[in-house]
Amino acid sequence: MTTSLSERGWQFGAIAVAALVLLPLASIIWIALTPTGDVWGHLLETVLPRSLWTTVLLMAGVGLTTAATGIGTAWLTTMCRFPGHRLMDWFLLIPLAVPTYIIAFAYVEVLDYTGPVQSAIRALFGFKTSRDYWFPEIRSLGGAIFVMGSVLYPYVYLTTRASFLIQSASILDVSRTLGASPFRLFFRIALPLARPAAAVGVSLALMECLNDIGAVTFFGVKTLTFSVYDTWLNRSSLGGAAQLALAMLVMVFALLWVERFGRRKQRFDQGSSKHRQPARFDLTGWRAAGAFLLCFLPVLAGFIVPGLLLADRASRRLDDLFGDTFLSAMWNSLSLALIASVMTVIVSVALAYSLRLKNVPVLRFGVRLAAIGYAIPGTVLAVGILVPLAALDNFVDAQMKTLFGIGTGLLLLGSGTGLIYAYMVRFLAVSYGQVEGGFGKISPHLDMAARTLGRTATKTLTQIHLPIIRPVLLSALLLTFVDCMKELPATILLRPFNFETLATTVFEAASREAFEDAALPSLAIVLVGLLPVIYLARTSASSFRTRISRRERAPGHGPLNSDGMA
Amino acid sequence: MNKTLCAISGAVALASTFFSAAPALADGEVNIYSYRQPFLIQPLLDAFTEKTGIKTNVVFSSKGLGQRIAAEGENSPADVMMTVDIGRLDGARDLGIAAPIESTVVSTNIPAEFRDPDGMWVGLTSRARVIYASKDRVDQTAITYEELADPKWKGRICTRSGQHDYTIGLIASMIAHHGEADTEKWLEAVRDNLARKPAGNDRAQVKSIYAGECDIALGNTYYMGKMETNDKEPEQKEWAASVRILFPNSEDRGSHVNLSGVVLMKHAPNKDNALKLIEFLTSHDAQEIYAETNFEYPVTPGVAVSDRVKAWGTLKPDSMPLSDVAKYRKAASEMVDRVRFDDGPAT
Repeated sequence: MTTSLSERGWQFGAIAVAALVLLPLASIIWIALTPTGDVWGHLLETVLPRSLWTTVLLMAGVGLTTAATGIGTAWLTTMCRFPGHRLMDWFLLIPLAVPTYIIAFAYVEVLDYTGPVQSAIRALFGFKTSRDYWFPEIRSLGGAIFVMGSVLYPYVYLTTRASFLIQSASILDVSRTLGASPFRLFFRIALPLARPAAAVGVSLALMECLNDIGAVTFFGVKTLTFSVYDTWLNRSSLGGAAQLALAMLVMVFALLWVERFGRRKQRFDQGSSKHRQPARFDLTGWRAAGAFLLCFLPVLAGFIVPGLLLADRASRRLDDLFGDTFLSAMWNSLSLALIASVMTVIVSVALAYSLRLKNVPVLRFGVRLAAIGYAIPGTVLAVGILVPLAALDNFVDAQMKTLFGIGTGLLLLGSGTGLIYAYMVRFLAVSYGQVEGGFGKISPHLDMAARTLGRTATKTLTQIHLPIIRPVLLSALLLTFVDCMKELPATILLRPFNFETLATTVFEAASREAFEDAALPSLAIVLVGLLPVIYLARTSASSFRTRISRRERAPGHGPLNSDGMA
Repeated sequence: MNKTLCAISGAVALASTFFSAAPALADGEVNIYSYRQPFLIQPLLDAFTEKTGIKTNVVFSSKGLGQRIAAEGENSPADVMMTVDIGRLDGARDLGIAAPIESTVVSTNIPAEFRDPDGMWVGLTSRARVIYASKDRVDQTAITYEELADPKWKGRICTRSGQHDYTIGLIASMIAHHGEADTEKWLEAVRDNLARKPAGNDRAQVKSIYAGECDIALGNTYYMGKMETNDKEPEQKEWAASVRILFPNSEDRGSHVNLSGVVLMKHAPNKDNALKLIEFLTSHDAQEIYAETNFEYPVTPGVAVSDRVKAWGTLKPDSMPLSDVAKYRKAASEMVDRVRFDDGPAT
């Protein structure tokens, strides 16, 4: 088969985009290999082994908590009926709106020696000093696992829940008919089927955890990310930082490999039309209460407690709400996140579709590498972008000066383009994962049919694929949007002059330990992040619902579960 | 494909118009990259704008500004960089982003000990690293840094991170006076006397003393003034009222002091305005603002400290030149890692 012009265009474009995404990585590697000073000995001896070990522990902890919480709650909300299960269905997604640096900050406020909990304990038992009693230290590895687990489990919940929802009801029904108990059904049938989805969710959560700089800084947990940040900015050793960043890349590769390995036998095109809600388990009495509690606790920890605290503190500063600083930060955050997320989704579609058109090894490799941007700490990514972009800016400026006598200055960096670029690189994996999954569900037969009927590659995309995967595009857009809103470390370093976003406002207040000043912008980030999350939850649930009810209306299918669908 | 390219370039163009707030090349402006928190320098910048009509643009970050300026190269919009300590001042020179400040106004205003010998930076205020002590639980009226290693302080000391510039500065000065081996032993002992893991800023340490978590803490003096006069968060006045300041080593070599300062950027697009700003910051008027509004120690002779600062006691600064201290910063930072200072007391 000859390759059409349109197909070749797609491939060329995709490779160009992948190269753009890889540029910061390449520049980091290049910096790492450029010898700088004598820090490496110290890093290798003390910093690297410790931070590596801390990171492994943190990731193990966060992996376990997010997996247990995410899978458990997904099973309960999709397979069981208990009072409030429909509410829980989307409530469980809400903590996704809370960035790790904000929840960490909030819990320090709540659980610190001077916070309400310990003050109450002292008042209750008459303790005078910290030496009179023991209280778990929130500024610790355990604390970091707790707060990160509390806001990152929705990644697992989201993917696993989707998997439970599309698992063929007949398999579950057959298993039940054959006498499988609910627990057996879960562990022997549903869980193995959902494993690839859960692995994807956990690896997303772990990458987020690997990237976090705010929470680990607050808690003094010296992960690799922290050390990269510290080595570059405190020890002024860009080379050393890049070398540590390379060590992180190894972990990221391992994570990505795990994700791929988990998915290797997964086939997403479930051609059958048996999307039918399997009969739910009706829970009553203490079981129902237990299920409710199990679903409620993560929301309590990940959203209600920090949310209430923020709301309380912000309510004392409501007059800031209409201040210029707050409003302009809000506008900057929203517009930046919108532009960046739209572009990221466009790029994801281009990459995924090119791979679908022709599975060229180079391209496949490039795409996989490009997804690593997600795991690069924003601070390091900022360096990786700053160096080549500034060089480009300076080059263009020099050319313009010699040719036309006009200086263009820092065209890209000064305009915030660098920042958008950084967001794209960082969050491509989020959106690409969704888009790729969406394409995966479209049977290749559709492509063949469309092409046989005379559509070009581009027309097939716009007329066939995009309409089919529209819900996926939307969810990719929303996830990326929220992530961009929350992004902090790269924003700090790449933003233009006099340019504050909500996240940088929070950071500035946080660096002064002025929780009161940080509360309102924090709350705004959470609330804005909340809207897409709710929307995401509602639409994904309702789209499943309509799809299923449509099928149920068709004759020849079993009776519909009384409450329709999740 | 063309559509995609079109969309991407369109979005870039859109982004550029959205954020084309980069006023770097316009006249009548000066661009400041600041490690100092905006609220601390704003009163000075307001006074500067009022006097000269020159608009000030500020980017604040506690980290990474020098690296950013270095990467931006000759088109960097930065005119001046303001720092919180000597380490960053020297760092700017080492990064090759600084230009000599050639101004007779500056050299008249600021004594040579507060200037780089090559003019690559100028100190603006000096800050003492002192001990905050609980009024209720600490009786002694004098203290030394060495004494912090004494087991009598077990479980009673609070501090911010060992890797913070201020702590590094203090440890570097200990190395300069006692050598690496003794300082390391001292640092381990101090670590074991900590009440908790090092965390928070200087203000948070005072809050911890107020709440009873610890009895003494390391801090810079001006936070005391900021808390005593904080009308927005009146509870901070209570925190401040629960502690008193002890100037360490007043009996012998004097207290460790650090410098906040300013660097002129090599590629400053508004060099004249930058120089005007630096000259202004060293002027009598500006130094008075530093003293009266920020409660810092001015470096221009003839400008008195505020009455509030005077009431805390008399500062006797360590006479060792700061450049001799600064060269041990790297050793200090590695020592903090080695003894796991930031992990808190060994259990």
